[in-house]
Amino acid sequence: MITVTKLVKRFGYKTILRGVDFEVQPGEFVALLGPNGAGKTTFLRILASLARPSLGEVKVAGYKLPSEAAQVRARLGVVSHLPLLYGDLTAEENLRFYAQMYGLTNYRSRITEVLEMIGLETRRRDLVRTFSRGMQQRLAIGRAVLHDPQIMLFDEPYTGLDQDASTMLDDVLKTVAAQGRTVVMTSHDLARAEALATRFDILSRGVIAASAARKQLKKSNLLAFYKQALAG
Amino acid sequence: MKQSSEQLSVNSNYVRAIGAIVWKDLRAEFRSWELVSAMFVFSLLVILIFNFALELDVKTRQSVTAGVLWATFAFAGTLGLNRSMALEKDRGCLDGLLLAPVDRSAIYFGKFISNLAFMLIVEAIVLPVYSVLYNANLFQPGLIMVILLGSVGYTAVGTLLAAMSVQTRTRDILLPILLFPVAFAVLLSAVKASGGFLEGADYSEIAFPINLLIVYDIIFIAASFMLFDNIVEE
Amino acid sequence: MNQKPLVLKILDIVSVLLLLAAAHLAIFVAPTEKVMGNVQRVFYFHVGTAWVALIGFVVTAGLSVIYLVTKNLKWDRIQVAAIEVSVVFFLITIILGSIWARPAWNTWWTWDPRLTTAAITELIYIAYFMLRQGIDDPNKRARFGAVYALIGGLSAPITFFAIRLFRTIHPVVVAGSNAEAEGSFSMTGDMLQALFFALFAFTIVFIDLLWNRIRLGNVQDQVEELKLKATW
Repeated sequence: MITVTKLVKRFGYKTILRGVDFEVQPGEFVALLGPNGAGKTTFLRILASLARPSLGEVKVAGYKLPSEAAQVRARLGVVSHLPLLYGDLTAEENLRFYAQMYGLTNYRSRITEVLEMIGLETRRRDLVRTFSRGMQQRLAIGRAVLHDPQIMLFDEPYTGLDQDASTMLDDVLKTVAAQGRTVVMTSHDLARAEALATRFDILSRGVIAASAARKQLKKSNLLAFYKQALAG
Repeated sequence: MKQSSEQLSVNSNYVRAIGAIVWKDLRAEFRSWELVSAMFVFSLLVILIFNFALELDVKTRQSVTAGVLWATFAFAGTLGLNRSMALEKDRGCLDGLLLAPVDRSAIYFGKFISNLAFMLIVEAIVLPVYSVLYNANLFQPGLIMVILLGSVGYTAVGTLLAAMSVQTRTRDILLPILLFPVAFAVLLSAVKASGGFLEGADYSEIAFPINLLIVYDIIFIAASFMLFDNIVEE
Repeated sequence: MNQKPLVLKILDIVSVLLLLAAAHLAIFVAPTEKVMGNVQRVFYFHVGTAWVALIGFVVTAGLSVIYLVTKNLKWDRIQVAAIEVSVVFFLITIILGSIWARPAWNTWWTWDPRLTTAAITELIYIAYFMLRQGIDDPNKRARFGAVYALIGGLSAPITFFAIRLFRTIHPVVVAGSNAEAEGSFSMTGDMLQALFFALFAFTIVFIDLLWNRIRLGNVQDQVEELKLKATW
């Protein structure tokens, strides 16, 4: 689903990613872990076609980046820690706007379906400005799954959420993943990642330092694995 | 055959995306009236200042009306352009737009058209107010055409530069500094042409500035269309 | 650290000598202009600096295109150097023009098309540096700079025509004639000789400064790179 070989990203003379090799099979839920400044967000932005790779090859859903970016974008849903929503539009209007941007036809029923999934059906005519952080984040996920993408990218989706909101987001994330989608999520919250992911990759000093499937890890061992990867 | 129908659907998506952006901007604006009201109040204040600074009595007014109008539009315009782009940047919405599977230039045209719409709305309110305040008739077809041409050129380059300035550290102060020297030509031609129409000058005198406005509009819409990609991608 | 190339060292010396020779020609060899007297001698340097500054600005627009196509920071460094040197030369042009204008037009400054276009052009490139100052990422800085320099370069000729809507009093000395121009004069052979020598001298001085400035830019970048390596 995603194949990255020898990816290098430089900002001027600062090298953020120095030769990342990364592969995701269809249906996997990969948690990309690492300390702040390790390049997780940059890496995700490259997968999302928002940033260009300096060197190396990136293929998403069988299409090359950046040359076939339009095809990739049509198959990709992205959620970042910013909501990417317009405060002066209602929930429904936000979704309708993005449906049009993705060239969807007959989006009316799809919007209702998505609103039910994220549990905001009753608030569909309210301005997004009046939503809590957690509701905005759920709507952001609704926005990202609107065009039924094969691949979802989550960049620190739990940032700024309280306990209740996080639990609700967990449910939505599980629903999204259960529909056979491939998911890559960055996080520095090990517990959250452990609850959701099927594989754990650790990004440190600009490379994937270690990778382990859930089966290979005994429960409660993630922290030890993480620390070892960072040290080594 | 298949090729052409695919081509067609890509093109209609392009137009639909532009339409969606314009619709979304106007919808949000007609709900909050944040941008247009700020631009309008600011315009009134600028006119008020000019009124006393230039002592706009009947005689001087005739020669400076065009200049006062365009200075007002230019100042109010930067206010609107900055705000409209900052809204996209602040909540990450620009990323949201960039993630859509349409050519990036559609985003430029969408923002350009809605910025133009805001500017024209403000101008449509300022003109009658100015007419009433100074008992002058500004509703002449020629003048309205000049205002349209001038606003097109000003927002075409303004939208591009605002998209740039909101991505810098000094974004609150940068836009007018970037925009005014580049838009100098459009403002000057517009002042000249507007003045010509207001004084009832011969068309042969007005033709040159109008042609210049058209040339400016075409060049800068084309240039922005080609360059926009470079200012949104990392 | 790389050594200053021998050619450049020689060019430095040649530039100084040429500048002295041009001054000698302008001040001692060229005949005194009948009407304006000695102040006309400023003209040789005025045209010389304007000539190279304008060439610099035209080259700049070309460099914008090259950078945007290749995305190689080398072209950005050359562009910065060209704009910086041109801005200084153009400032000298304006100041010298002003000195000449005082006796010829009886004013330091007038809103003539060329003067105004010169002032606006100068402001565009000052804005260029202010834009660059607000951006940290070198690639982004280079891209935005290139876009703005191109937009500015496109607008300058239109600005000139727009200001032409008002009458001009600037003399056109070299080609054509303008009946409304004040302070125009016809050139004798000696004057032409001094003028062309000044043009030649300033071209060499310009190349020398440009080369030095590009080297300085390279060194600055190396320092940046070393600093980053030290903090990594």
